[in-house]
Amino acid sequence: MVTLRINGEKHTIDVAPDMPLLWAIRDIIGLTGTKYGCGKGLCGSCKVMLDNSPVQSCVIPVSAAVGKNILTIEGASKNLQLLQESWVTLNVPQCGFCQPGQLIAATALLDKNENPTDKDIEEAMIGNICRCGTYQRIKKAIHKTVELKNQHS
Amino acid sequence: MSTIKNISRRTFVKSIGLASGGLILACNTSVFSDKEITKNLVDFNPNLFVQLNSDGSLVLIASRSEMGNGVRTSLTSIIADEMEADWNKVIVKQATGDAKYGDQNTDGSRSVRYLYETMRKMGAMAKAMLISAAAKKWQVSESECTAKNHFVTHSSGKKIGFGDLVEIAKTLEIPKEYVLKSPKDFKYIGKKLRSIDAEDYVKGKVIFGLDKRLPNMKFVAIARCPVTFGTVKSFDKSEALKIAGVEAVIEIPRVEKPFGALGGVAVIASNTWAAFKGKEALKIEWDFGDNKSYNSKTYMAEITANVHKQGKVAKDVGNINKAFKNASKIVESTFQLPHLSHAPMEVPNAVAWVQGDSCEVWAPTQAPQTTRKEVVDYLKTSEEKVTINVTFLGGGFGRKSKPDYVVEAVMLSKELNAPVQVVWTREDDIKHDYYHTVSAQYLKASLDKNGNVTGWLHRFALPSIVSTFSPGVDYAAGFEIASASNVPFDIKNMKIEVGKAPAMVRIGWLRSVINIPHGFSENVFADELASAANKDPLEFRLNLIGKDRVEDTQNEIKYNTARLKNVLKIAAKNAEWGKQLPENHAYGLAVHYSFYSYVASIVEVSVIDKKVKVHNVFTAIDCGTVINKDTVKAQMEGSAIFGMSLAFYGKITAKDGAIEQSNYDNYKMIRMHEIPKVHVEIVESSEKPTGVGEPGVPVIAPAIVNAIFKATRKRYHNLPLSDYGLV
Repeated sequence: MVTLRINGEKHTIDVAPDMPLLWAIRDIIGLTGTKYGCGKGLCGSCKVMLDNSPVQSCVIPVSAAVGKNILTIEGASKNLQLLQESWVTLNVPQCGFCQPGQLIAATALLDKNENPTDKDIEEAMIGNICRCGTYQRIKKAIHKTVELKNQHS
Repeated sequence: MSTIKNISRRTFVKSIGLASGGLILACNTSVFSDKEITKNLVDFNPNLFVQLNSDGSLVLIASRSEMGNGVRTSLTSIIADEMEADWNKVIVKQATGDAKYGDQNTDGSRSVRYLYETMRKMGAMAKAMLISAAAKKWQVSESECTAKNHFVTHSSGKKIGFGDLVEIAKTLEIPKEYVLKSPKDFKYIGKKLRSIDAEDYVKGKVIFGLDKRLPNMKFVAIARCPVTFGTVKSFDKSEALKIAGVEAVIEIPRVEKPFGALGGVAVIASNTWAAFKGKEALKIEWDFGDNKSYNSKTYMAEITANVHKQGKVAKDVGNINKAFKNASKIVESTFQLPHLSHAPMEVPNAVAWVQGDSCEVWAPTQAPQTTRKEVVDYLKTSEEKVTINVTFLGGGFGRKSKPDYVVEAVMLSKELNAPVQVVWTREDDIKHDYYHTVSAQYLKASLDKNGNVTGWLHRFALPSIVSTFSPGVDYAAGFEIASASNVPFDIKNMKIEVGKAPAMVRIGWLRSVINIPHGFSENVFADELASAANKDPLEFRLNLIGKDRVEDTQNEIKYNTARLKNVLKIAAKNAEWGKQLPENHAYGLAVHYSFYSYVASIVEVSVIDKKVKVHNVFTAIDCGTVINKDTVKAQMEGSAIFGMSLAFYGKITAKDGAIEQSNYDNYKMIRMHEIPKVHVEIVESSEKPTGVGEPGVPVIAPAIVNAIFKATRKRYHNLPLSDYGLV
């Protein structure tokens, strides 16, 4: 038995310690917002925050997440919420499948860097593939979120 | 005209998945008399529904699949606009796969094109009924009432909400007369409209096929033969069964149909990961079958040889031999393009639950009716026993028009007597796709002394999509030929020939299909001709397209060279074609007509230290009447990236019959740091709405290659560019 803390809630589950965190979240706990895309840490669809760092949950074993705070797309964080609003305003998603991972990667960026440049955004988002090609709007939406934050602060 | 009926009181309301109550209008779209909708419509067989409830909520049914194309939003907004409904009151319900919805296939960039007029009528009729209802309630003349933003208002100033008119409207007959709005009064059509699903997307609430869960559902992974249509000789499941969570391992046979299952060994488990691990632990001996001789290198050499000799003649106009003989200059080039894989972010997957002779499926499918038919055939049951629930699609691009993965789930659910979810790994997806065709093309043209093109020979060899339906077909056919013979160039002597190319893997549609190879070769070759004629590529191309004319094709919508030239001119204007660009930067152009739409792109690249970077893409599209501007813009932005991915990296190859690529590390996609700025202009038009999802793709790769030529004077005829070390 292992206990995971996801979005502030504790889940005690009976899984092998080497099960990737992705499958524990999706198949055992039942939060399906985190996506399977490649299983090899190549596409970013499965990104979650682990104690404030973005990780590809398809290659992180459950054992490495024990005792840490996990944030998924279903969870609440100030930057995540602001980014979600910009995503909606700019109509970013097409098929939408990769967007949870994109939003988590963008949240991690803004948590660490309040005023990212284009280059910072490209570096932070390089691990996330969008087959529909919404990158241009993702970039805009991150900038827009920063602008809104700066206006309010 | 289509028969629209008030079915509020009819009993079959439930069967279409609507709750009873409210005003329900139904019609069938057979008015479209499109060849694709050939169902024999006996009596009244509605396939389009509108339900207005007394709380004001308006339920519209989306009969096409949402896969990033924005169709749930754009289709329903047409009704809402004509009806003068408030967009915030609209609820979209997804149709299950059923003939009653008419043709539900989401492919060929035709969803809006097929349904536009009928949906407008439906909305206009609903509005007319609400006005009648209000007039009746107030005992006034209908002409004194107007509808706007979910209310009917009387000239005296009093107003009433749509919901409050439902009870009266339900009792009314469908009006004989109705008035369509003038396009200038459109509120949603042609405007930017936010996706109806945007909030759910960003919160992870949207349920894709992969997210469907049923109580006691089993998770299944399947090992399939590395060589297409190979079979299982023997297997050892002992190691797989030792994995925690693995419950059973069974062999499944191939279903020999175009969209039948490939067959293989299935691992049934209590979670996806256990199923994946169990699959890896299997030891299988395969009988590879006939396709094991498939080697991409030798195959490309064979089909290339086939385009360097006389082929089957598909079109022969004028006298090509004479043109070549009298030429002042001859230009010839050979183009080689590899197979491509769709690789949508959501892998193929399906949930099926077979109970007795009934079956319910939840799947991300572009073709719910084709899927239903496959399931009915497999179970040897009747249509009404099979329900196909269409989930959201995590990308489709043509892959999810082919429901082999659904057949697998149905086979296993029946065998196990339990609900199952079949999940493909990314490796399964890349290695067992219905691939975009591989192709060799040879083009030869003659120029006169003034640099005018006098003759055009286009010879191509590519395994046909028809081979998936009729095994053994080894020449391109039908639409695959038409896209070359309809080349919009004003050339007197023209010949199109096809060469032999047998299929060694499953061939299928991939976003913009045959327009990828033909759009590439035609646009690159035309650029080479401009260079041979010593002319500016833009001016040369406008001349090559020639005078304004409507080309006589067999299609319902004829193509118009004036519209083609217009998009090219707009793209050139926006790019400021001819202006001085930074050192090592250059523009390239391409223009192509497909899915009845006209698209031109001008691409700015730089080539520094032999590495290509794309900086800007200026795209202009004429797709007739635009329903949702922002969706069209988004599709053009996405098409530029899709086109770049195939130009830079797209390459699927086989060795001894097995596909060599497996995941996003060796089948690469464009990522954030590589993207250009995409600038889109949409032509204002009141012509019929035409395709949007696909026609933005074919222009990108040739425009990049033409820009690289301009920057370096080096011409690349093959893709992907990564093979040349350019990216």
